[in-house]
Amino acid sequence: MTDSLTLDKPRRAPASQQNQNLPTPGLKGAETEITLTLDGQEVRVPPGTSILEAAQKLGTHIPTLCHHPDLCVAGVCRVCSVEVEGMRALQAACTFPVTAPIQVRTHSKKVRLARRHIVDLLLSDHYGECYSCRRNNNCELQSLAREYGVDMFRFGHPETPRHEIDTSSYSVVRDNNKCVMCRRCVRTCIDLQEVGTIEVLGRSDKSHIAPYLNKPLGSVVCINCGQCINRCPTGALHAQDYTDEVWAAIDDPTKHVVIQTAPSPRAAIGECFGLPPGRALTFELNTALKRAGFDRVFDTNFTADLTILEEGTELLIRLHKALKLGESVALPQFTSCSPGWVKYLEHFYPEYIPNLSSAKSPQQMFGAIIKSYYAKTHNIPAKDIVTVALMPCSAKKFECNRPEMDASGFKDVDYGLTTRELAKMIRESGIRLPDMPKTGFDTPFGTATGSGVIFGATGGVMEAALRSVIELVTGTKVEDLFAHADIIPVRGFEGIRYVELPIPAVGPVPALLADRFSSWDFLKGATLKVAVAHGTANAKKVMEDIKAGGPFSQCHFIEFMGCPGGCIGGGGQPIPTSPEIREARARAIYSEDSAYPVRKSHENPDVLKIYSEFLKEGPCGAKSHHLLHTHYTERGKYIE
Amino acid sequence: MSQIPTFNAMPPNLGLQRALAMSPMEIVKEIADSGLKGRGGAGFSTGIKWELAAEAVSDRKFILCNADEGEPGTFKDRVILQEYADLVFEGMTIAALAVGAQEGILFLRGEYTYLRAHLEAVLLARREHHLLGENILGFGSAFDIRIFMGAGAYICGEETGLIECLEGFRGEPRNRPPYPVHRGFLDCPSVVNNVETLAWAACILQRGAPWFRKVGTEMSTGIKIFSISGDCERPGVFEFPMGITVKELLRHVGGEDARAVQIGGASGQCIPASQFDRAIAFEDIPTGGSVIVFGPQRDMLDVIENFLGFFADESCGQCTPCRLGNRKLLEGVKMLKAGTCSMAYLNELCALGETMMIASKCGLGQSSPCAFLSVVRNFREELMGRAHTLTHA
Repeated sequence: MTDSLTLDKPRRAPASQQNQNLPTPGLKGAETEITLTLDGQEVRVPPGTSILEAAQKLGTHIPTLCHHPDLCVAGVCRVCSVEVEGMRALQAACTFPVTAPIQVRTHSKKVRLARRHIVDLLLSDHYGECYSCRRNNNCELQSLAREYGVDMFRFGHPETPRHEIDTSSYSVVRDNNKCVMCRRCVRTCIDLQEVGTIEVLGRSDKSHIAPYLNKPLGSVVCINCGQCINRCPTGALHAQDYTDEVWAAIDDPTKHVVIQTAPSPRAAIGECFGLPPGRALTFELNTALKRAGFDRVFDTNFTADLTILEEGTELLIRLHKALKLGESVALPQFTSCSPGWVKYLEHFYPEYIPNLSSAKSPQQMFGAIIKSYYAKTHNIPAKDIVTVALMPCSAKKFECNRPEMDASGFKDVDYGLTTRELAKMIRESGIRLPDMPKTGFDTPFGTATGSGVIFGATGGVMEAALRSVIELVTGTKVEDLFAHADIIPVRGFEGIRYVELPIPAVGPVPALLADRFSSWDFLKGATLKVAVAHGTANAKKVMEDIKAGGPFSQCHFIEFMGCPGGCIGGGGQPIPTSPEIREARARAIYSEDSAYPVRKSHENPDVLKIYSEFLKEGPCGAKSHHLLHTHYTERGKYIE
Repeated sequence: MSQIPTFNAMPPNLGLQRALAMSPMEIVKEIADSGLKGRGGAGFSTGIKWELAAEAVSDRKFILCNADEGEPGTFKDRVILQEYADLVFEGMTIAALAVGAQEGILFLRGEYTYLRAHLEAVLLARREHHLLGENILGFGSAFDIRIFMGAGAYICGEETGLIECLEGFRGEPRNRPPYPVHRGFLDCPSVVNNVETLAWAACILQRGAPWFRKVGTEMSTGIKIFSISGDCERPGVFEFPMGITVKELLRHVGGEDARAVQIGGASGQCIPASQFDRAIAFEDIPTGGSVIVFGPQRDMLDVIENFLGFFADESCGQCTPCRLGNRKLLEGVKMLKAGTCSMAYLNELCALGETMMIASKCGLGQSSPCAFLSVVRNFREELMGRAHTLTHA
């Protein structure tokens, strides 16, 4: 499986950083497989295969540093240098395309010495001690040093930092002192995400990674997606860390500390405790969080269900205006739960802000509900409540600090924690997470549905929305249309997916929406056109198509996720990441979904209860509009 | 007053007229038969380069003239462009006919901006005389040349760095293969030739391959234009046959008392007086034409400190060995000067230099340790044991 977005052309990255494994024009016999010899073993590969890929086929390990399975090749670190018979210089295994039956030696004396020198040089420019580093025991430079038996700093080791640490962003911290100039972050930003926030500036050993004109990251066009963090081999990039603040709140007896956990980190946090990707620890985590000292543990899925009802109702209102009343209304409606995507739109397509659903993300809805409804019903002053959110995401840290996110009268969500930060807190608590007994979530938001769970994977928000919209509008069970209510067409990892759903018949308007709609007749015979895009490079393609009046401009509803793979591939998730790891996490999410007794948001009894007790005017009513909806900022590309 | 008599003797555009009457493969064969090798220093066979580009299948091909003459001690291309621009453009046009290119670009070093008006005037005149344009001399072939200004980075003289720069990116070498003749500028087959190479190509088409082969050695045919500077009586631009010994060359320029000669620019080799009977040719001491003469008073540590300082600044910073290795070598030279470099560390640095020469991504890092290594090899006794001097009282 590959994310198709990594294969699509054209790229903005310089050709020197692009994958050049293409058949070379004019090369004779380019169609037949080639046999090459690697350390005496023969292997047959198609022409154009890199030496590294050929070695992987044989199971031969060639060390790499600048290479990453999600990114185009760069060939800059030279760690993967190998000897090709007949060539004077060593060749980078990651970039050298096999076009002839060559003889390769991957660990000759020359190669071993060169690699050792390269690691020595990298260490001579890498400031910092391993034991005070976030990436201790999960650092590719550290692993290389071990692999190559580094026993001394042959060419020295910096004793003072050379670069100021850039903490200006709410989400991403850049520490160039630990940077090894592998440029994965640059390729991630410009190539994978097509945002282009950071580039190499300067030349020679003064070259460094920086935003435009060396400005602080917090003041340039950065969407906070954190994909660069996930692909950094060292501790040069990490997320803003709020664990000290959260610990302080836990230690403060006057504070009632509430944490909500999102499904994606639950499906991935096991990786921080040595489990293979793909095993969700949702209920083990509940126990661990209580033991660590959180007062309440809630399931973000509850507000995911709420998001579906709010966002779904908003869509129906827009469709009603467009199809029945003939009013001019912004369509397609775009999802707004991915804060990376939201900021991307604010920067790059501010003219499409009216298309963005005004519904807050599940994280922010939860904050607002906890500091209003929960505070009131449980008689806890909102000022004493500290809301923490466990998210797979670095952009959520920015989102909760948006000044408009104070509908409860307080900062709705105090701290967003990444999967990695929470794993650190759990380790600090002496808890071995995978061994914890399972416990459920706390009431009053204890019931969640499978729809909330699948928010974590690309296509999940769309599937959840469709499960509810189809049933609410047609009165027909989703299971009658899609086996097990699995709406397979919107699933998968293809970069952009487009689905049409005809609505041949409509049912009666359900009670929840009776105040707002008299009948669904305006939808009868219509075809609902929806699309899903993940990773901002794909979002860009869809947006450009919409601007040009292409097929996506005819859609009614489009799910956008800022990160490749959706939240499971978020910038706050465990490191490393790869297409295979993201696929395993997605499997965990879908299997969790199928295990839920209730799988549709509008059937969540706790959600229905909150509409009957608190948000009495129903979805998109005045109260929910105040608490659960927001507005956006036209940022454009202006740089302070 | 020019010191390139062979170029003076060339009747204008005769080579182009001959080429127009030949098939592309005949032109390629003429160049291949001449044994002409790239005059920029790498010494790749021009005939093979043109042949590969001619064989490549593409609607669009480019002839790129590398006039980013940035090697320290090299200035012969400046003289050629100033005095024989027509010969260079003629060579580019011939190359275009040989490989089937319609577009040519002269990549002109930023520091040579003052030459641009002159070169544009030459191009304009050539267009007026139908030596460039839609229908060259009525033979139906189309080719034109434009000038692109470099911005002063040494690395853009590396052919793929040059192409990146032309495309508007940071000037950084690409991964090779694929080579420019297959996928170059805008992904199209591109021939990148040095200014002098193209001028010689025009001469070869005028006089024929046997004329070119008459001088030089079996593996290094023809005449080479040299930029000679340093401690000698007559520095300047000269033509000498390939294969000339260092001693003979020094006699011509009045540098017989030299203790060492740097051949091939800062990235070339430093030859001590004991080896002055070696030949300047691709099979012995390869060169792009730069000869820097060091007189008896020179401190070889000053020399390599200067060179390494240059490389430590001019490395593009892309690959580890070059980005950090040049800095380490420079620091090592400073330690030697201060008398604080141990023999063991000097050996480490030499090993590092060897690694840089095989593990760097492009020719810059692969050649920048040459001077350091040859000075350490040939002048070792001068380097070690320098007293701790209190230079700053």
